[in-house]
Amino acid sequence: MSAPAALRYVMPLIVGAIVLGAWETLVRYYAVPVFVLPAPSEIARAFVADFSSLLASLWATLRVTWIAFALAVISGSALAILFSQSRLVEMALFPYAVILQVTPVIAIAPLILIWVGFDRVELALVLIAWIVAFFPVLSSMTVGLRSADANLVDLFRLYGASRGQRIRLLQFPGALPFLLNGMKIAGGLALIGAVVAEFVAGSGTATGLAWRIIEAGNRLEIARMFAALALLSAVGIVNFYALAALEFVCLRRWHESAITKES
Amino acid sequence: MSLRLEGVAKTFDNGLRALAPINLAIDEGMFVSIVGPSGCGKSTLLRLVAGLTAPSSGRISFPHGRPEMGFVFQEPTLMPWARVLENARLPLDLKRVPRARANESASRALARVGLSDFERAYPRELSGGMKMRVSIARAIASGPRLLLMDEPFAALDDLTRQALNDDLLKLWREDGLTVLFVTHSVFESAYLATRAVVLTPRPGRVVKEIAISHPPSRDESYRLTPKFAAQAGQISAALRQAMEEPA
Repeated sequence: MSAPAALRYVMPLIVGAIVLGAWETLVRYYAVPVFVLPAPSEIARAFVADFSSLLASLWATLRVTWIAFALAVISGSALAILFSQSRLVEMALFPYAVILQVTPVIAIAPLILIWVGFDRVELALVLIAWIVAFFPVLSSMTVGLRSADANLVDLFRLYGASRGQRIRLLQFPGALPFLLNGMKIAGGLALIGAVVAEFVAGSGTATGLAWRIIEAGNRLEIARMFAALALLSAVGIVNFYALAALEFVCLRRWHESAITKES
Repeated sequence: MSLRLEGVAKTFDNGLRALAPINLAIDEGMFVSIVGPSGCGKSTLLRLVAGLTAPSSGRISFPHGRPEMGFVFQEPTLMPWARVLENARLPLDLKRVPRARANESASRALARVGLSDFERAYPRELSGGMKMRVSIARAIASGPRLLLMDEPFAALDDLTRQALNDDLLKLWREDGLTVLFVTHSVFESAYLATRAVVLTPRPGRVVKEIAISHPPSRDESYRLTPKFAAQAGQISAALRQAMEEPA
């Protein structure tokens, strides 16, 4: 007998409330200076006071994250489809995709900023976030396209299917669970990429949440730092669950991973 | 539709000899079962006939032109993301038959295997026997003249298997199909086939071709008759002989 479904939501909320309560109490009791650790109530106050500028920063970061994510999904799937059609192209290009992935993005970021130019800093941010987010899409989609049932592939050949029909009717639907899983990972990485890029882009040019954090840190406005940090976490959480929901909607009729046991 | 195999042999790239030279003549309307031990190249034989792989030597020919073919695998091999109707429609979709006509043909094929009520279902909602019926409906949906079947019922329980045997005989009779049916079951072979071709272990060679005669209608009681037992015994004896022959 499993626990009631509501507990899945109630239990984490209870833990959160206890931690916040203890945090508030301890900070007040020991009179911890606000530039070391602000109380949750202080963070909430900073959040409300800075609401409009935080919202503008949130939008800047979201835009970079989402554009980079969309580019990663499109380019990753397209390249994977190309790989699945030509072993030769895959052999030629895959190592470079790996190099792009394993080189720490924070080390490439300054270069990209210089190349793209500080007058087009948003483009540079998108590029950096894209580099981070693109590999999981490419890699999971490549595996997905390759895992088509061999007998079905034979059947398509027997009936004289064209290359396009094979991709559209067999390989792509079969790869969809892999792609959606890759997208969940890419969604988180795109945000990380956007934040790293803002850190590197630094003063005066970046306007996103990550820059708010640096700025507030420089001024020892720790409550504002926490407020921006909380917003960043919220973005990550929303992105993840939105993609999980998309996965469920796409797969619930047929894929084992999305099917809930009835009994 | 008729089919000739003349000295057809297959050796794979890794040096594995699947089929020794084989000669076989199959005429319109025959129900031919290919019987042999596991790994004797039975499946390879079907794939050669289907044109999915090329023979290393010898010739496969269709004196009356290459017929439309249907293929049924040991597993149902359905697309899990597609509904039953879409699965049965696949050959027609691939041949770019207009949607309305394709739906009609697929519906009719599903009705013939008793699945009219499941057109909208997904494969995972069906039992093993029903999935195999979808697979058969898909194979007949495009109106083939030659049906290639690779141990299609091997994974099913006895009752389901017998029911599907009878359904298959009905389709074969009604459509005047030619069937090439790979199995390792002597009894299935004796029940279904008008001719049993017995192969040796790898590399497969034809040891014996046995003509099988049946009463006009077959049902469960036929499996208990001396005639059935005698013909099954013949196939069995040929199979035992095949096992003992040096490769």
